Amino acid sequence: MRLEYFEMVDRVLEREADRLVALARVPEESPVFEGHFPGFPLLPGVLMVEAMAQTAGWLVVARHGFTRMAVLAKVGEAKLRGMVRPGAELRVTAELIHDGSGYAVLRGTVNEGTARAAEAELTLKTLAFPAPGLEPALRARATAIGLLP
Amino acid sequence: MSSAPPANAFDTIAEIIAETANVDRAKITPEAHVINDLGIDSLDFLDIVFEIDKRFGVKVPVEAWTEQVNSGKAPAEQFFVMGSLAKRIEELVAAKQG
Repeated sequence: MRLEYFEMVDRVLEREADRLVALARVPEESPVFEGHFPGFPLLPGVLMVEAMAQTAGWLVVARHGFTRMAVLAKVGEAKLRGMVRPGAELRVTAELIHDGSGYAVLRGTVNEGTARAAEAELTLKTLAFPAPGLEPALRARATAIGLLP
Repeated sequence: MSSAPPANAFDTIAEIIAETANVDRAKITPEAHVINDLGIDSLDFLDIVFEIDKRFGVKVPVEAWTEQVNSGKAPAEQFFVMGSLAKRIEELVAAKQG
């Protein structure tokens, strides 16, 4: 994870038609931890939600063959169950619940080992790439995390 | 994902809208425009479509409808007025059942 750059996914571990599992390593150091919290660094819960949203987004974008992008529209039933410290290795999973017209609903989970750290239901809108540079940027990032060869 | 399609699509859709978007059920008439009259915004409409997809076991083609409206090929009323919306859903269910 590069928290300051909003890069939450380090590596795609598993990919199926309706499911994607990603590895996210929490950095040992980050400016984020200077405020959250002084003397007791914790990964902010909203960034766990973001990690689930990005994992869900990669699944949706891949299902569309990188012809569309996905943006987070709704977070439902989010539960932040555990405190995640610097250096933690997280397994982030997104499973498709429903593939609609112009949107998708997914279930996201974050695990540290066998412990559930977070979960949520995520609704993503899908849309044509709104800027010309976005598709190549996404493809480059997808290659870096092992989603594309 | 869904139970059997209900007998009356209009009533089911009206219930979904009332529950999902907190709209007074009495305001949801066949003549009511989903956006202009009921005040449904795009995110609530997305929730409503998700619920319709689940309850009726269909995939409401919102993008295709929107494209038809935006390109002038169809009036918005054909899809987004309650009575018409219910008919479109019934057509989708019938097409699915073959």
